Amino acid sequence: MSPQGRPKGEFPSVKHEGTLMSPPGRPKGEFRSAKHGGRLMTHRQTAMTRQQWALWVIFSAPIAVLSVLAVTDNAPLFFKTFLNGLTLASLYFLVASGFTLVFGLMRNVNLAHGSLYLFGAYVGWFVGEHTGSWVLAVLAGFFASALLGLLMQLLVFRHMQGQDLRQTLVTIGLSIVLADLMLWAWGAEIYTFDPPAWIYGSTTLPLVEKFPTYRLVVLLAAIAIGVGLWWLLARTRIGMMIRAGVDDRGMLAASGVNVQLVFAVTFAIGAGLAGLAGVVGGTALSISPGEDTRYLLASLVVVIVGGMGSVGGAAIGALLIGLAEQFGQAYAPTYSVVFTFVIMVVALAFKPRGIMGKAA
Amino acid sequence: MSAAKWRRAMNSSNAAALAPSRASAHALPSTLRSTVNDSAADTATRHWMSSAWNALSLRHLAVIAVIAIALLYPVLATPFFTFQIGAQSLALGLIALSLTFLGGYGGMVSLAQMTVAGLAGYLFAIFGSSSMPAISLGWPWWLALVFALTLATAFAAAVGWLSVRTEGIYTIMITLAIGVAFFYLAQQNYTLFNGFQGFSKVTAPSVAGIDFREPLPFYYLVLVCASGGYFFVKHLVRAPFGAALQGIRDNPRRMQALGYNVTAHRVGGYAVAGLLAAVGGVLMVWYNGRISPGTVGTGAMINILIIAVLGGMKHPIGAFVGAIVFVLLQNFAIDLVDRERFNLVIGGVFLAIVLFSPDGLLGLWAKLRSRFGPGTPTFKTKRRLQ
Repeated sequence: MSPQGRPKGEFPSVKHEGTLMSPPGRPKGEFRSAKHGGRLMTHRQTAMTRQQWALWVIFSAPIAVLSVLAVTDNAPLFFKTFLNGLTLASLYFLVASGFTLVFGLMRNVNLAHGSLYLFGAYVGWFVGEHTGSWVLAVLAGFFASALLGLLMQLLVFRHMQGQDLRQTLVTIGLSIVLADLMLWAWGAEIYTFDPPAWIYGSTTLPLVEKFPTYRLVVLLAAIAIGVGLWWLLARTRIGMMIRAGVDDRGMLAASGVNVQLVFAVTFAIGAGLAGLAGVVGGTALSISPGEDTRYLLASLVVVIVGGMGSVGGAAIGALLIGLAEQFGQAYAPTYSVVFTFVIMVVALAFKPRGIMGKAA
Repeated sequence: MSAAKWRRAMNSSNAAALAPSRASAHALPSTLRSTVNDSAADTATRHWMSSAWNALSLRHLAVIAVIAIALLYPVLATPFFTFQIGAQSLALGLIALSLTFLGGYGGMVSLAQMTVAGLAGYLFAIFGSSSMPAISLGWPWWLALVFALTLATAFAAAVGWLSVRTEGIYTIMITLAIGVAFFYLAQQNYTLFNGFQGFSKVTAPSVAGIDFREPLPFYYLVLVCASGGYFFVKHLVRAPFGAALQGIRDNPRRMQALGYNVTAHRVGGYAVAGLLAAVGGVLMVWYNGRISPGTVGTGAMINILIIAVLGGMKHPIGAFVGAIVFVLLQNFAIDLVDRERFNLVIGGVFLAIVLFSPDGLLGLWAKLRSRFGPGTPTFKTKRRLQ
């Protein structure tokens, strides 16, 4: 090393430098580490209930006032937007729940999740076109993406456990390659599905004059899948293993569970949900290259807001983001992204780990 | 080690110079002046030069060669190569350098560096002049430049403040979300960002009779900025601030226990990286002459990451190595494969690098040297703190 290296004696001068530093020795009480975080959090939560109430009032009062204004102005528009928001939220929930499960268990930020969505949609479209059955298309989308996710886990991620950044970089590389391969195979056209006749058309609802039946079905399906996921996680043996893995992987492995199997199953379920959402979302809207980025952004924001690793958090986050996006598009079209962004900023500012997030 | 060689070379030349001219040399403080004055100076200089030549290691040669090539490149190359390849890869390299600094030395891999760069470009177009006089304010270029750089740096610091609230792998998600959100905002918004079209006719100024729109002056401008950024980063990582940042990268809790304000240092790192990216962004706008949402799209954001990872994030030069390889691939891969399949090529290269050589091309080079070379460890492996 050269003579001007970094001798040990330089450290005092380092200490001196900081106008940026806090005075040394002051206890900050903000260790965000695993062991101390939980205990401090509970302590703070009991101390800050009044402040939290104030925050709730600050954020919900303007929303309530604006909604009352919007209802008096044009009630059908408001309720239609509300239902549209719920539909979008259910799509986002389907995509994001897989993302959050995979992260919670494997600490793997799968940035190829949007590609899995698009892949499921394309395969579903292909099957639907050839068999004429929409239900088969949904199943094909689920299983195609689940298989792809399984392969990714078995061939790549299994071999680089604990290397968070490297895994994420690999998923970025995979998403680029997959996006280009799909563009190659299916071209840049926009594809649409025809939903089966029994959910085609529109239903008349109170408050909203007419609403597409299909979107209501999407909403119900998302609720059903959410409940199913809850049942899987809370009531079955594999779900118990997944939850145990989220909390402490090492302990789960030590108690004799084949962790690799649990990982593979979770990855397949998460990827399959993305593929299923691809077909369902492709029917509600459309599929084209670029949708992968859109749904990746949506699931990122949803899990950042809701809390990584929590399916309930994904539901709450999806609800917030879906409603914000639809209301933004209806009432302030050029700034609708800003609403999504503001929600994320506020969530990060007050709850850095998300609404339902736990200390990692 | 190399410094010791240098000193030995200097000593031997001292002795050589002193031997023939002992009488006069005693009075003179420096050998150099004695060689100038003395009649035997000619042979002494030649001797000094040869011994200095022997003392030069391969690395010095490489550095000198790089500097010479960088300076003489426009003379040797066609204007296309000067402008399209040279200037573009240096400007991209500067943006990637900001990511290398942030990721390699701060441990925070931010995908929003292209967003900061793009914001600087947008701000320059908004404050300065462009094809949209309804939006552009038409300020003089230097004022627009100052405002663009300042605001973009402030934006970078704000992004940093947001993303350092959580740590580790969350950073990449939050910065990606911010970047994509900015892309959609720029695409949707017509009052400020002029939507899908963006701004065109955003040109480099001409100062003191030099028109920086011409390939040659523009190349040297970018070269000055890029090398300025490079040496700035090299200096900063040895300064107290940079040392503290690396300490925080390796063990934030210990640094906090030592009394460092971890958050402030991280946000400071984001601000510094933001300034570098902003300079690169303005250069990119001058290079393209226009800016549109595509400049800050997901693809562009990820390209910056690809460049930084491709070159290797452990040394600042990696950003420029990666940028040159990337731009060359971008321009010439289409001769080998279909034009449409460029993403496949670059994605495949990126995957291969991440899977097989996580330290990028520099890491690959170091591995090859340690396996086949004379056994001298390369410069960057030594400096790592771990």
